[in-house]
Amino acid sequence: MTQDLVVYVVYIAYAVGMLMGFGTVLTWVERKQAAVMSDRIGANRAYVRIPFTQIKLVWLGLFHGIADGIKMLVKEDFKPRTYDWYAYAVAPWVVFTPVLLVFGVIPFGGALDPGRLFPSLAEWFGGRTYQMQIAQLDAGLLMVFAFSGLTIIGAMLAGWSSANKFSLLGGLRAGSQMISYELVMGLTVLGLILIFGTVDLGSMVRQQSGTVLGFLPAWGVVYQPFAAVLFMTAAIAENKRIPFDLPEAESELIAGYYTEYSAMKMGLFMFAEFIEIAIIGALFTTLFLGGYNLPYMNDAGFTWPGGSTWAMSHGAVVVTQLVVFLLKVLVVCSFQILVRWTLPRFRYDQVLSFAWKFMLPLALANLAITAVLVWSHQGGAA
Amino acid sequence: MKTPYKRKQYWNEPTLSGWERAYLPEILRGLVITSGVFLRNMGRWITGKKGALTTYYPEETRWDYAPLNRGKHVLTQRPDGKPQCIACNMCATVCPAKVIEIEAGFDLADTAHPKFPVRFEIDYSRCIFCGLCVEACPEDAIRMAKETPGLPSDDRGQMWLTMDEMLTWKPQSDVAKPYPGAGGDAKARGAER
Repeated sequence: MTQDLVVYVVYIAYAVGMLMGFGTVLTWVERKQAAVMSDRIGANRAYVRIPFTQIKLVWLGLFHGIADGIKMLVKEDFKPRTYDWYAYAVAPWVVFTPVLLVFGVIPFGGALDPGRLFPSLAEWFGGRTYQMQIAQLDAGLLMVFAFSGLTIIGAMLAGWSSANKFSLLGGLRAGSQMISYELVMGLTVLGLILIFGTVDLGSMVRQQSGTVLGFLPAWGVVYQPFAAVLFMTAAIAENKRIPFDLPEAESELIAGYYTEYSAMKMGLFMFAEFIEIAIIGALFTTLFLGGYNLPYMNDAGFTWPGGSTWAMSHGAVVVTQLVVFLLKVLVVCSFQILVRWTLPRFRYDQVLSFAWKFMLPLALANLAITAVLVWSHQGGAA
Repeated sequence: MKTPYKRKQYWNEPTLSGWERAYLPEILRGLVITSGVFLRNMGRWITGKKGALTTYYPEETRWDYAPLNRGKHVLTQRPDGKPQCIACNMCATVCPAKVIEIEAGFDLADTAHPKFPVRFEIDYSRCIFCGLCVEACPEDAIRMAKETPGLPSDDRGQMWLTMDEMLTWKPQSDVAKPYPGAGGDAKARGAER
């Protein structure tokens, strides 16, 4: 049991570290990518000076994220006179915590055999293997939706308890928009659940490790390309980013439901948004891009379509899977940032009618067609 | 009876074709454009070229400053390297921002212009670059170069230019202003002395 504890503590440390790292790095990626897309240079002035020397490390502006964090921490924590102080104080955490918890069910690597990785510990581990996933819940995907649904409560709490009409409007918008898109998101994923026959994310990813038609990787996006587009759209709307950032539309609502928040409370909202970009990236990777799988790769190495194999050691496989997962997540995050800096914002009524009159019917049609295809594939009426 | 509101039709009423109404293709086109620009600029950065239109300030100077741009001040020099300035304080008097400080010295050995500046300093944190000092100068001793002073600093005390830093330009080669010993009508000027 101690072995399990050690392994899962390492997993949790990795997951939290990875999410925090993504949250920090994505602020930099967002700035730089936006700058390069618009012929600019981007933030590049913050530096760390090595003590007692004049050597200033700039590193392409990476330290701007640290400067932001320090600024948030040392700013005045302005407290509005509100009738519901407790809800006001707890709202940022209600937004922030579930975002971190969602990662608990996402597999970030294949099977890990610590005994093979560290031969000196082989005896202690006694041949136990662990899936690289913090919680192997059978209801994995349901937990994802349950927790991401909690962030709606946080946004609405913040909007309600700020005693500010801009916040209240932002909270209302956040509530209606996120509930609408939560529904679409769930419906798009139902098609995948039908195909894979499970809601356990680990099992879903393992089913995506093979190939279809002999050469295509058996990723979710191959089975459900249409659902992938809908899921991505709904996920961006769920995260309230441009073009769906109506709850915090600054030209109309100042900062929406976090108008009255300052210092690190406001920073938590921002940080939660950036971590949720990474979470959406991880979820999209897991559901549609084969998770940690590379095409033709399995736990022993590569098996090319021609039949030739390329064996890899266990350590190399584990590292490759971890890196592949991170790279895929980063690519999806980068795509979200591309969307954010390309499209203009919707009007609010357009956001809701887009969800209910356009995406919901499409998601339902996708689900119906998938259901019919799966049914006929499994032997039809028999 | 009230007539129902009829929206005014404008001459430039936006129209959308069916293709544009489908929304998704146009979104894809937009994404292709922005990612194309991104990849082009990234390619330039990676190959060591500059992938941005931005000019680094103050490390880089813009090439397209107008030739007559009123930028950093320049104190002209006599052929012997002394400043042309006679410390008459006219520039400091006319300066609307009162940024010029001159401390005069006296040199009996130089009979042509015995008065000279010991200190000549300009506070660029307050200078408004109006150019009145240049116009007021009777000796053509102060001019303005087109370059900006390039003095961004965290500290206002650091934003002063001293005489040494402004004595950067010897106009002996300036055809518009010939000096004794530089040919031209220098003899006439020399005779005046």
